[in-house]
Amino acid sequence: MSSDLTAAGFPTPALTEEMLELDEDDDLEVFSKDVTLTDGSSVSASLPTSPSSMTNQYRFEEESDTRDIFVTVDNPESHVTALETFITYRVVTKTTRSDFDSCEFEVRRRYQDFLWLRDRVEETHPTLIVHPLPEKFVMKGMVERFNDDFIETRRKALHKFLCRIAEHSILSCNADFKIFLTAQAWELTSHKKQGPGLLSRMGDTVRAVAASVRGVKNRPEEFVAMQEYVDTFSQRMSSLDKVTQRIAKEIKEYLDDLKHYGPTYVLWSGSEEELVEPLKGVASCIDTCCQATEEQLSQMSNNLVPLLHEYVLCSDAIKAVLRRRDNIQTDYEAKCDILVSKQADREALKGEVEKLEDRVECANSALKGDWERWQSNMRGDVKAAFVSTAEKNVDYYEKCLAAWESFLTSMNADQSVEKSAGLTS
Amino acid sequence: MADSGGPETAQLSSNDSKGEVGDVIPEEARSLLRKMEISVAEVEKRTGKNAVNMLETYTVYLIETRRVDSSAENQNFSPDSLWRRYSEFELLRNYLLVTYPFVIVPPLPEKRAEFVWHKLSADNMDPDFVERRRIGLENFLLRVASHPILSNDKIFYDFLTEENGWKEAVMETGFQPKADSRLKALNATFRVKNPDKRFTELKHYSDELQSVTSQLLRVRARVADRLYGVYKVHGNYGRVFSEWSAIEREMGDGLQSAGHHMDAYAASIDDILEEEENYADQLKEYLFYAEALKAVCRKHELLQYELETAAQDLMSKKQQREELVSGTVRTFSLKGMTSKLFGQETPEQREAKMRVLEEQIQEGEELVQEKKTECDEYVRNAWSDMERFKVQKDRDLREAMISYAVMQISLCKKGIQVWTNAKECFSKM
Repeated sequence: MSSDLTAAGFPTPALTEEMLELDEDDDLEVFSKDVTLTDGSSVSASLPTSPSSMTNQYRFEEESDTRDIFVTVDNPESHVTALETFITYRVVTKTTRSDFDSCEFEVRRRYQDFLWLRDRVEETHPTLIVHPLPEKFVMKGMVERFNDDFIETRRKALHKFLCRIAEHSILSCNADFKIFLTAQAWELTSHKKQGPGLLSRMGDTVRAVAASVRGVKNRPEEFVAMQEYVDTFSQRMSSLDKVTQRIAKEIKEYLDDLKHYGPTYVLWSGSEEELVEPLKGVASCIDTCCQATEEQLSQMSNNLVPLLHEYVLCSDAIKAVLRRRDNIQTDYEAKCDILVSKQADREALKGEVEKLEDRVECANSALKGDWERWQSNMRGDVKAAFVSTAEKNVDYYEKCLAAWESFLTSMNADQSVEKSAGLTS
Repeated sequence: MADSGGPETAQLSSNDSKGEVGDVIPEEARSLLRKMEISVAEVEKRTGKNAVNMLETYTVYLIETRRVDSSAENQNFSPDSLWRRYSEFELLRNYLLVTYPFVIVPPLPEKRAEFVWHKLSADNMDPDFVERRRIGLENFLLRVASHPILSNDKIFYDFLTEENGWKEAVMETGFQPKADSRLKALNATFRVKNPDKRFTELKHYSDELQSVTSQLLRVRARVADRLYGVYKVHGNYGRVFSEWSAIEREMGDGLQSAGHHMDAYAASIDDILEEEENYADQLKEYLFYAEALKAVCRKHELLQYELETAAQDLMSKKQQREELVSGTVRTFSLKGMTSKLFGQETPEQREAKMRVLEEQIQEGEELVQEKKTECDEYVRNAWSDMERFKVQKDRDLREAMISYAVMQISLCKKGIQVWTNAKECFSKM
């Protein structure tokens, strides 16, 4: 995708001729002034509604240069109440957006709050791809909830979750997101209670199940391809996740045995005279290798393993997106059927059908636009993680090589000293 | 004690040695190797009827020897060869152990594969094991042939050159009963009153050497096993990357080629660990050498004990004589008791007793002298071989660790290459 650049090298959001000539031109007509595009009415009044700025939402390549909101998640702290113990994280927001009251915000949020945000964002934008949250519990390995490594891994994942939303031109404008970033604890609690009630949510679920039972009639080709891709991608990611965890396990076991190896040479040196140097030298090299292995393992556990796991979760998220898209289409198709069969109330029904048709178009465009963005992010993430792993492995071998070469040099140095001593004696 | 025969070992002063295993042979050895090249060239499987008339499969080794005349220009003597079984090697070694008890006799390679890690089969028919055993047997022959004393032994020379009748010749030396009594003595418990401090320290050292090398071999094998697992699991990346590349347009090529590097990485561990087995074999040799060292110390203890016993007997006899002369009974004897009970003995009886005692004392003196000489000679010979062994051991183990470092360096370089290549592929995704 090309981007429009001004002379200064920055893309501008202003209306230009080229922008109006997009393929999505036809779709521009679809955007009515009706702000309620979805069932949830959480779109804030400050959301731009003109078609041109709508168009701008899909020019994702401009994001990195026009970012005006930055979010970080850090500083996990333990909170103990009478009823429970939980961790809160500090969420810091820096922004120049005019619809924010200030340029800096600092709040504390717990995992539950992130879950709430995720659910709200998914409801509001059912066919946008939201980066997944870390899982509630890690059953495998029985990791304690308050283990340091677990907390750090979770913190990084929560950070990435918020960053991805902040980078997304539509999602970052979401009202619930803004409240999440800025509201005091009590404000957030009261806002949470205002959401669609339990009954309405149950109704949604029932409709969704009914829709999926009905099945979609003519799924557009590109979404068929997407489904196939995601199904395969999901399997590949699961395999990679498993393989990588297995490698980490094998390296750990190797390290455990290696830790006994060096000391055995030291033990031996206790009985020897001439051989003390080489024995201790070998022991020292092995110890260096142990340290290098620890670092290698740490890199793998902290970077590659979580990344692959994230994308397993991503696949599930995308499958859910595709299901929701299908449901939106099914709703429309169902209403069409009713329209065909019923003679009375045709006018009223026609209105409803049009609305649902709009919904389908919106949902499809949103997903189509987001798909490329997701793919690009995925490639970037995967490439970075594997490159970093490969780099770490090279570094590991280089450290070990240096140790052994230095040992060899010291051995040869001893020998040449002996030789010259022999010649002169 | 030994049959020294065979070709005269001329006192050549040139420094080159003609062994098949380079650094094993010390440059100053004046040994059989000056005259002939020795190698265990081939291995074959044979089938035949054994002692209980059952069909069995066994392995034979081809020993090749070639006369070498270092002064002649052309060294085109054709090699002689004969086939030997492992059991014949064992027979030779047992003979040497008995015949030269003060020598730290080189060990044979192990009969069965021990300290295995999971991939290496414990199967004696495994070709890698058979090859390493061939090398081990050759190493044994070269060690014996370069030993200043053992290399002169006729039975050893015949082992290398006389196919027929060798077994009978060994038996004729009458070493077998000595071998049995040797074993008994090694396992017997006795206390030495004045142990030689040097030998006690040496025995202590041999225990430590045995213990630490076997521990080292065990840990090394476990580490090798784990490392094998790490490398092999990476092979799965190859498979999954390849499958994944099918659905990726931009990343497909990068994934495919990265996958190939992962496959290569996984495959590389087999050769790496096979080479490391050579290092393990070098350690094993010294594990078994420790046993031989211990035996030499034990033999000295036995001789010392025999000397002390003889000296004690002599002293007690002398004391008896003294009592007879002075008439006092300080030592208990049945005769003394009975004479107390039944009356004094006659002067003639005393004369007779005196004569017997004098004779015994005379024999005792000679025996003590004999034992002392035996002991001193043993100490001299054993100590000389200890010093030779110490120099050899320090040199060999140092070389072994250097070659281990070289192996590790090669492993690291391969690793750097694979992951650098993989990184490039990932970068291109």
